[in-house]
Amino acid sequence: MFEEIGTTEDGYMVINIGPQHPATHGVLHLVMTLNGETIVKTEPHLGYIHRSIEKMSESLTYRQFIYATSRMDYLSSHINNHGCSLCVEKGLQIEVPERAQIIRVIMDELTRIASHELWWGAMAMDLGAFTPFFHAFRERETITEIMEETCGARLTMNYICPGGVMADLHPDFQKKVKSFITLYKSKINEYNELVTGNIIFQNRMKGVGYLSKEDAISFGCTGPVGRASGVSCDIRKLYPYEVYGKLQFDEILETAGDSFARYMVRIHEMNQSIRIIEQLIDNIPDGEFLAKTKAVLKLPKGEFYQRVETARGEFGVYIVSEGGTTPYRIKYRSPGFSNLSALPTMVKGSKIGDLIAAMGTLDLVIPDLDR
Amino acid sequence: MLSLENIINGIHTWLNNTFDPTLALTCEFVLLGITAIAIFAVLGLVLVLMERKVAAIMQIRKGPNRVGPFGMFQTVADTLKLIMKEGLTPDGADKVLFNLAPFIVMIAAMLLLAPIPFAKGVQMWDINIGVLFISAVSSISVIGILMAGWASNNKYSLLGAMRSGAQIVSYELSAGLSVITIVILTGSLQLSEIVNAQQNGWWIFKGHIPVLISFVTFIIAVTAETNRAPFDLAEAESELTAGFHTEYSGMKFALFFLAEYINIFIACAIGATLFLGGWMPFHIGNWEGFNAIMDYIPSSIWFVGKTFFLIFLMMWFRWTFPRLRVDQLLNLEWKYLLPISMLNLLVVTVMAIMGWYF
Amino acid sequence: MFITNYIKEIFNGVKSLLTGMRITGYYFVHPKEIITEQYPDNRATLKMANRFRGEVVMIHNENNEHACTGCSACELACPNGTIKIINKFDINAEGKKKKAIDTFVYHLELCTMCNLCVIACPTDTIKMDQTFEHSVFDRSQLTKVLNRPGSKIKAGVE
Repeated sequence: MFEEIGTTEDGYMVINIGPQHPATHGVLHLVMTLNGETIVKTEPHLGYIHRSIEKMSESLTYRQFIYATSRMDYLSSHINNHGCSLCVEKGLQIEVPERAQIIRVIMDELTRIASHELWWGAMAMDLGAFTPFFHAFRERETITEIMEETCGARLTMNYICPGGVMADLHPDFQKKVKSFITLYKSKINEYNELVTGNIIFQNRMKGVGYLSKEDAISFGCTGPVGRASGVSCDIRKLYPYEVYGKLQFDEILETAGDSFARYMVRIHEMNQSIRIIEQLIDNIPDGEFLAKTKAVLKLPKGEFYQRVETARGEFGVYIVSEGGTTPYRIKYRSPGFSNLSALPTMVKGSKIGDLIAAMGTLDLVIPDLDR
Repeated sequence: MLSLENIINGIHTWLNNTFDPTLALTCEFVLLGITAIAIFAVLGLVLVLMERKVAAIMQIRKGPNRVGPFGMFQTVADTLKLIMKEGLTPDGADKVLFNLAPFIVMIAAMLLLAPIPFAKGVQMWDINIGVLFISAVSSISVIGILMAGWASNNKYSLLGAMRSGAQIVSYELSAGLSVITIVILTGSLQLSEIVNAQQNGWWIFKGHIPVLISFVTFIIAVTAETNRAPFDLAEAESELTAGFHTEYSGMKFALFFLAEYINIFIACAIGATLFLGGWMPFHIGNWEGFNAIMDYIPSSIWFVGKTFFLIFLMMWFRWTFPRLRVDQLLNLEWKYLLPISMLNLLVVTVMAIMGWYF
Repeated sequence: MFITNYIKEIFNGVKSLLTGMRITGYYFVHPKEIITEQYPDNRATLKMANRFRGEVVMIHNENNEHACTGCSACELACPNGTIKIINKFDINAEGKKKKAIDTFVYHLELCTMCNLCVIACPTDTIKMDQTFEHSVFDRSQLTKVLNRPGSKIKAGVE
């Protein structure tokens, strides 16, 4: 038998995509078995950016551990913080002032738009079109500037703390958000003309990386990946937290289950986020932005779980408390990990180019997978 | 009038008067070689800068702007950096083929400079089968790419080279067929003849829609043949890291890089010569005054202008479109471009026989 | 019909490609849309948002006085062990020993700019500064002492 390094017994070629590869957006390592250009087997290897955030959180107090979750899914860091904060508030039974709730929701939606913008650019770049990346960053930049002004940082905001938010809104906040909405509405059409309608793009996306509804459920896919396969999994609708229950917005559902469906879900989701912000931005009530809390937070003995909808799907925080100042155990349910597990099924039998397209629409943030 | 043609003729006469014919011929060969290398180097520098600037402005960036005014010497600095870098040869590589491949690609690119009429009466080699020569030599570069991919002993390189092989071989067909339409209309394979046939109007205007179709086919085919986005599957950055030149570094990489740009220039120069009248100025029917003004612009400017317009078009493609998948690429050729260009060839043949052109 | 579909497909495809090219073409002929900020050149006009969290500094007034009592609230609040407070005992006018701050050590290299120390501070002694150019050639330079030499606690701060 002809044997060579990197070849399987059947004569298939084994190739490592990553951990240093332009399309994996980080340090994801995929061991691919290829028959020519056709994928026979995909095996994701994780662990290159493991920082043991869960273990680390066990030695941090309930105020301190929140900042570390920004470093997991750094593109929706605000929403991660939100989830942790909600979980702590659930345990302490703190009533968050309405102003703080609305500020949190607006920030969540801004984060979601920023994350989807970046995904849009990066995915177009995966498919070989470089220009959308820079165009997406132009709109994203206005959001990060709003964040910088109000929260004090551009990416890892750490704006939310148990009981509310750290600081009040910046005086220019409403004006800037409104001008961002105007900018966004003038540019979204450009996005569709440049990428969505493009025949090459549609051919690359349609029918590629198919994920059936059953598979999506059994792999635990949430967020846009699950919704593109027809799984209704928007936490904002199913288990409303903060003021989401009172808001008018649609859960975007597609049934095609292919890469293009996932793409369209995210594009429509950006529009829904704009809709949510438009409802709230003029109705921010006056009042406290931070509830009065004790200096040292102590969760009662018990287990607490809270889920939120990040830009990538369901993010869950599970805290086991022994009644002390630090959690006994923390477990995060990160959306990217479950979504990645569907990748081998999605790309089996397709070409390498399809793998890149499918991986682009999963919108993986590698620190979120590894923690 | 001082034109390139007069200067060249002047040099030719002076050499023949001063030395005996053999020495004069040798001198001319040496001069030609130097010119070819100089054109190669200058074009590489200019085109890389142009690409970066065009890309930057389309991407709402500024592009290179630190080295020299408007970043004009950026590519010079980059070349210097590449020369100084270590040229690594991987351990498992086939050393001979690995080191030979960039030179084959570059030589193929430089050979193609020979039959191109740069201006009125300025042509290195006015071969009577110029179009055939170009079609033949442009296929050599795929050997270099295949060699590079195979010798690198890298799976990414191998995949890239195999893709490139399939791609160039198939797109050669529709590029050839669209070039043949012009050959049929002109009745000659000689490039100077083809340019002269466009004295009273460029083929793209004279040939009606069929020539327009073959022009579009030609542009698509040469974009694919030069491995440019949206057909850059051979190097497909997000899929194969850098494709066939993954393992190359330093000056060997630079040769691949420069050869790509020279190939673009040559493909566009051929397109300009065949379809846009080469160095022929733009004339409109009976507008004597307008035509006289157009004649006043030197023929070399016309040639360079048309070529750079086509190059810009290719850059525009590159920075707008996503990349095709490998099976879609071949579908496009065999299901769309090839039938269309064959049908088109038939139409053009009928047109040429019946004389249905201006 | 097959041929009609074939031609329609080509037509729609080319149209979608031209729409995309119109967008990039628009930006090519409108260089005013360029949004690049030329960072080291625009240093003079660059204004960071005043809430921007760049590094922790200690507020000193013109008499070289600060409000730090050395209570270590910030040290406890910090999740990374960025802050280290070393206290000493001053003898005050009445001859009593009084706890006061000796050195306020701040490890910038460990800091994640989470703002928790600033919130925890009962006397608003520390704040976030807007500087962000922190790169140095030696890591030890990032370990800073925030209280200025010779500074002492403001009168009236307990």
